[in-house]
Amino acid sequence: MSAILTIEGIHTFIGQLHILEGVSVEVPANSITVLLGRNGAGKTTTLRSIMGLHPPAQGVIRFRGEVISGKRPYDIAHLGIGFVPDYRAIFRQLTVAENLKIAERRPGDLARKQEFIFSIFPDLRRLYHWPGGQLSGGQQQMLAIARVLVPDNHLLLIDEPSEGLAPVIVEQMMAAIRQLSGQTTVLLVEQNFLVASRLADRYTVIENGQSVHAGLMADLAQDRALITRYLSAA
Amino acid sequence: MSTVAPPALRSTAFRQSLVVSGLFVLALLVVNFLFFPPGTVAVVLLSGLYQGMLFFLVAAGMSIVFGLLDVLNLAQGSFFMLGAYAGFAIYAALPEGAPITVRFVTALVGATLFGGLLGAAVEVGLLRPLYSRPIFQIVLTFGLATAINEVVRAIYGPAGLVPITPPAALNTTFTVLGGQFETYRVFIIAVGFMLMVGITLLLQRTRLGIVIRAGVQDREMVEALGINVRRVFTLVFVLGTAVAALGGMTAAPFLGAYPSMGGQFLLTAVIVIVIGGMSSYEGTAIASVLVGLTRATAEQISLQYLNTPVLASVSILVFMVVVLLVRPTGLFGRE
Repeated sequence: MSAILTIEGIHTFIGQLHILEGVSVEVPANSITVLLGRNGAGKTTTLRSIMGLHPPAQGVIRFRGEVISGKRPYDIAHLGIGFVPDYRAIFRQLTVAENLKIAERRPGDLARKQEFIFSIFPDLRRLYHWPGGQLSGGQQQMLAIARVLVPDNHLLLIDEPSEGLAPVIVEQMMAAIRQLSGQTTVLLVEQNFLVASRLADRYTVIENGQSVHAGLMADLAQDRALITRYLSAA
Repeated sequence: MSTVAPPALRSTAFRQSLVVSGLFVLALLVVNFLFFPPGTVAVVLLSGLYQGMLFFLVAAGMSIVFGLLDVLNLAQGSFFMLGAYAGFAIYAALPEGAPITVRFVTALVGATLFGGLLGAAVEVGLLRPLYSRPIFQIVLTFGLATAINEVVRAIYGPAGLVPITPPAALNTTFTVLGGQFETYRVFIIAVGFMLMVGITLLLQRTRLGIVIRAGVQDREMVEALGINVRRVFTLVFVLGTAVAALGGMTAAPFLGAYPSMGGQFLLTAVIVIVIGGMSSYEGTAIASVLVGLTRATAEQISLQYLNTPVLASVSILVFMVVVLLVRPTGLFGRE
């Protein structure tokens, strides 16, 4: 399995703060890879570095063989990367339809994908003309993921999809992400280890801004010592 | 599956502000009818509308640009003034024998293009190197306004130019309820209203409008979705300066052209934007009409009782202070 995304030893600063101090991640195509680690470890910053929102000062990010570190966010998006931030970033004043429309990269993207999106998130059909600001947290999360399905993306960066959602909604979200992984690649940040272990094929652990461990999710789930060492609080 | 009507796109606060604005207009009407005979009231209302439309033409671009990138373009009044001068220059350059309508329309179109081109040069050449430093950009636009004023003063002198003659059809007066009114002011109202509707449609119905409305909330996410926000900003900035220049030329046959008109209209436009709520285009559109009507009413009252229009400028400052005391974010601003 070849990697669609390769991060090689990136260092990222936010202002004066040295947030990432050497993160390397390999994301194989058509799989789900999850970034694990404690709060503040640098998982979100890693996603934002890929997207060009916090460009790395050092190190290289390659996407489908092309170096993308240093490119502007909209150029990176156009290569086929969709970003779902942890705060969902739904445009409150825009309707659901407009929130999807803005994600088009070519005219007609939305018309082509509309039914596919409704098949994954049936609720959005009913809510199509609702303002984004009136949706519940779970509905906003659905819309945020639906938005990156409008154009043809090769890689989806999804930050904390289960955060703050009711268990039944989390189940729906997981089913949706699993369904997507058949046709695209997903790089996930997920604090909820149970969710992560059920979704992901591979993992990379980030600790204090460094990637410290990576492997198959199935192996990690068996290894209580590793889980305790890297992931449990305290 | 039963279809439920989607909830209103606008927040309750927005609708409340809309009602308050309507009540305010009603109150102004009552004041007018208490003080003046119907003919004067009609003239005051039309006069308020015409002033409001001119304020809108200056403020519209500033408001949208501010919403998008936190840059308050303090040179916008100068674009308004330059539009008037450019219109005069074009009008004068055309042969005396040409029909006045041709000269007038050419001046309108030419001034608009001039404002747009100059806006493009300013945005690309001066503002773009200062991205991520909105404060520097604001200071830069202030310096630019000063420079433009001095250049115009050096070329044309401080006195200003005598208003040019509009086409005969617009160069008349008519009577409403016994009050005399210049037809040309109705033309200004029509131009302003058309642009108000046009910009609203642009924002509500086009993809560019969706991008602008989204960018006002979260510019970073718009970029992450694959949109070059800088290019959108250039386009919006250019549209804003073009509209301001068109406004200046539209006002020119009535007000003439003089260097300080830029500063005067800038100040009122800033007041309009603050009253409407920073970064709310609708707020700016509504506030420009409210400010125009307030100003015209106060002007008439003070002309009648004090023999000077002194209250006109004071009234809108008081209006702004009262709005800010009650709602610090302006009428339609978000918390």
